[in-house]
Amino acid sequence: MENILRNKAITGWLMAAPLALVLVVFLVLPILLIVVVSFWQATEFSIIPAFVWENYDFLFGSPVTYSVFLNTFKYAAITWALTLSIGFTVAYFLAFHVRTQTWQIALFLLCTIPFWTSNIIRMISWIPFLGRNGIANSALLSSGVIDEPVEWLLFSDFAVILAFVHLYTLFMVVPIFNTMMRIDHALIEAARDAGASGVQILWNVIIPLTKPGIMIGTIFVVTLVMGDFITVRFMSGSQSANVGRLISNDIALLAYPSAAATAVVLLLTVLIVIGVLLRFVDIRKEL
Amino acid sequence: MTKVNRRSLLKGGAAFAAGSTLGAPMIWAQNIKDVTLRQFGTGVSNLNEVAQKVKEDLGFTLEMTALDSDSVTQRAATQPNSFDIADIEYWICKKVWPTGNLQPMDTSKIKNYDKIVGIFRDGKLTPESTIAQGTAPHSVGFTSGPEGKDFVQEESGWMTLIPTIYNADTLGIRPDLIGRPISKWAELLNPEFKGKASILDISSIGIMDMAMVVESMGEYTYPDKGNMTRAEIDMTLGIFTEAKKAGQFRAFWKSFDESVNLMASGEVVIQSMWSPAITAVKSKGIPCIYQPLEEGYRSWGGGIGLSKSLTGLERDAAYEYINWYLDGWVGGFLMRQGYYSAVPETSKNHMSENEWGYWFEGKPATDTITSPFGDPLAQAGEIRDGGSFQNRMGSVACWNAVMDENQYMNRKWNEFIAA
Repeated sequence: MENILRNKAITGWLMAAPLALVLVVFLVLPILLIVVVSFWQATEFSIIPAFVWENYDFLFGSPVTYSVFLNTFKYAAITWALTLSIGFTVAYFLAFHVRTQTWQIALFLLCTIPFWTSNIIRMISWIPFLGRNGIANSALLSSGVIDEPVEWLLFSDFAVILAFVHLYTLFMVVPIFNTMMRIDHALIEAARDAGASGVQILWNVIIPLTKPGIMIGTIFVVTLVMGDFITVRFMSGSQSANVGRLISNDIALLAYPSAAATAVVLLLTVLIVIGVLLRFVDIRKEL
Repeated sequence: MTKVNRRSLLKGGAAFAAGSTLGAPMIWAQNIKDVTLRQFGTGVSNLNEVAQKVKEDLGFTLEMTALDSDSVTQRAATQPNSFDIADIEYWICKKVWPTGNLQPMDTSKIKNYDKIVGIFRDGKLTPESTIAQGTAPHSVGFTSGPEGKDFVQEESGWMTLIPTIYNADTLGIRPDLIGRPISKWAELLNPEFKGKASILDISSIGIMDMAMVVESMGEYTYPDKGNMTRAEIDMTLGIFTEAKKAGQFRAFWKSFDESVNLMASGEVVIQSMWSPAITAVKSKGIPCIYQPLEEGYRSWGGGIGLSKSLTGLERDAAYEYINWYLDGWVGGFLMRQGYYSAVPETSKNHMSENEWGYWFEGKPATDTITSPFGDPLAQAGEIRDGGSFQNRMGSVACWNAVMDENQYMNRKWNEFIAA
């Protein structure tokens, strides 16, 4: 027994085994099952094990699929741009303008307070705020900025993006703040001594050094937005669709194989996007 | 560790066998307390109040599970052992009955069978009524015999579902925000309400509301709204897709609460709606009318079916439950929320004269009308929208239905939502 444990290869495997087992059972197997089911057939009542391409045929044959995927990318891209600029600014302020560590931590914790409630509640609370007779419209009306209630505030793409940005900006702030905190301040002093302006320091020193944080935040935001369905449903008043909603509609109609096929395509799409992102930055090296 | 003695095991087994097979009244009365019936169905009649009252009146336990209509259909069709009683709609019955998962019910065991309204027996409310399009309840209400898997059109003595609850649906409006009379389904697509209309995002029901609108606009007259051809489905959804792109709709709703919020907040002034949702808006003190329309109502009906695996004592208990259901207490409870009971006359005993007059006879209320939960719904002098039972159920234009092209319709519906 002792001999076996002394063998480095075996102990290595044993130490990795619990995590590997958990991942196989709760991640790999379910995904495999989804792939398998995506080739099955469905009637109204039953799901029939088979190997047919009809789910994929229908998916790729329908123009709706393409417009829905396009819409999903649109949400992801706009949300990404907004969360990045807000998240970067907040992190920059926390890391370089707040002098004491106590205040940095206090302000950082302040950013996380909204996360103490569920994200469905945070999302739904926008609805009475943005509605036709909501707080935003009544404030604008009474201050005389507008004469009639603004309709596009709620149940529109604007509302969807607003909710996404509100929900996911913190996922940008945290990793960017984290990498910024580890930038050696001597580098910035050196740049300044060498005559660089503030903008040049930002562009040539800080941004390159925070790239890994930006990338991690990007992966969080893009995967969250691309996999979402409930925000789009509520904030667009069911009038817009993204891929997540296609899947949830299929599930509601018991078309599990069709839902599985859509899920597989979405998974591949997201993996490709992440693959491309990882080409830009080697996250493992930077962590 | 206790040893299981062979003798005691045999004794216990014999007693158990006697208890379950003989079914003598004495034993029945003692055993029924232990019976648990599992009922599942859509939310409308799966009410905890009913389960509590069953425990009080009949002594056995009723477990209720509420699901959406798609899940209900699937469960009834695929898992007959997961339930004892299915509380489903008639159009679901049309899909599920041929699978043989429900057992025919002997009408001679139903005490109030003769008092069940005509809609569920020969399809006619009064001898002069015409039968509406779609899956009319009587057309899937009877089967040929104790082993039947078919539907027969006469009262054969074997029912597929015992009718329990039904209503006539129409559009809900905010009279204060519209400010003029509404009398046609076509108003849903009237550009006057651009950005202030809504329709429900449940394909099987939404398509029927759409068909009512299309007919009312004079665009097309369907041979059978309840069973459209592919071309008719394309045409119907085409008209609505165009309206959607033009910004006619503020939102679509999927759950009851959403429809209430849309209406109460004034986001929407005209939309497809269900009767208790109107009640919910009104109980917030906001004016809301369940508008009767010229073309008539889209109606639906639900009933109780027994799982094929239900036998012996449990089945007796289930019949007892059905007889109790039709005996009036539940009927009164449902009618005070705006639904109708299959045996209205027994419900009358469980309602005040004022309530009966308001809800059933279409008379002006003589005093404040409250819901079973205590919210005031109407003041003295007010009349129910649509009037009496005869007026409302007498002008049904179509019943909720399941089409032959159901799967095609679902796909097209998905495209409409994504368009």
